[in-house]
Amino acid sequence: MKTLLLSLLAGALVGAGLAVSGMVDPTRVVDFLDVAGDWDPTLAFVMGGAVLVFAAGRLLSRGCCEVPDFPADPISRNLIVGATVFGIGWGLGGFCPGPSLANLGGLREEAFVFVPAMAAGMFLVQRVFGLDR
Amino acid sequence: MEPSYLYGFVGGCLIGLGSLIAFLATKKVPGISGVFGRILRPAKNDVGWRVAFVAGLIGGAAILFRTLDHAAIYRIPEGRNLIVYGLAGLLVGVGTRLGGGCTSGHGVCGVGMGARDSIVATLVFMVAAFATVFLFNIFVSAS
Repeated sequence: MKTLLLSLLAGALVGAGLAVSGMVDPTRVVDFLDVAGDWDPTLAFVMGGAVLVFAAGRLLSRGCCEVPDFPADPISRNLIVGATVFGIGWGLGGFCPGPSLANLGGLREEAFVFVPAMAAGMFLVQRVFGLDR
Repeated sequence: MEPSYLYGFVGGCLIGLGSLIAFLATKKVPGISGVFGRILRPAKNDVGWRVAFVAGLIGGAAILFRTLDHAAIYRIPEGRNLIVYGLAGLLVGVGTRLGGGCTSGHGVCGVGMGARDSIVATLVFMVAAFATVFLFNIFVSAS
C-alpha cells in the first residue's frame, strides 16, 4: 500500500514537472531539436534540473535508505538501433513517452493517437524480444 | 534569461524528485517507457505501482494544465498531422522498448547514475532526433 501511494505521488510530481517545464508543448521540444533554426535551449534546463536532483538525491539517500545499484548493460546493437528509432519518432512528433501520457490529461487529440500507437509498438517489441533485451 | 528556462529548470527538478521517490520506493529504475510498457505485459505483483505512477502522471499534469498558464501552452509543430503522430508513436514505442529506455529512463535516471549504456543511448537518440527535425524541415515543412 505504501509503495502504491508513493508511486502515485511520484507519478504526480513527474506529471506536474513535465507540465511546468513546458515539455508538454511539442513545438518547444521540436525547437530544441531544431539546431539549424531558432534554437530553444529550454529542454537542456529541464534535463539538467532532473539529472541534478535525481543524482544528488540518490547519493544523499545512501545515508538513510536502501539504494539499489544497477550495473550498466553492455552497449548492444539493440540499444543503438532502439535509441535511433526512438530519436526519429521523437523528432517527428516532439513527443516522448512522458509528455505524450501527460497530454492525455490535457485531452489533446494527438496524444490519443500517439499513445495507443506507442503501446502497440511496445507490445510488439516485448512480444518478439522479451522484456529485457 | 527567458522565463521558459526557469520553468524548465523547476519542472526538471520536480521530474527528478518524482523519479527519485519512485526509484527508492520500488527499487526499480522508473523510466516512463519501461513503467508504461511493462503494464502491457504484466509480471506478477509488479503492475499496481506502475498503474499508480501513470495515473499520477496524467493526473498531476491535468491539475497543472488547469492552474498554470505556462503549463497550458500547447502548439503543434509545423507540418505535423495526426498521421505523423500515429507513426511517431509507433516508432517511439518500438525504439524505447528495443533500446531499453526513453528520455526519463536513460536520459534522467541512467545519466543520473552515470551508467555508460544510458549515456550512449541518450547521445544516440538526441542525434537521431536532431537529424530527423533537420530533414523534416527540409523535405516536409518546406514543401
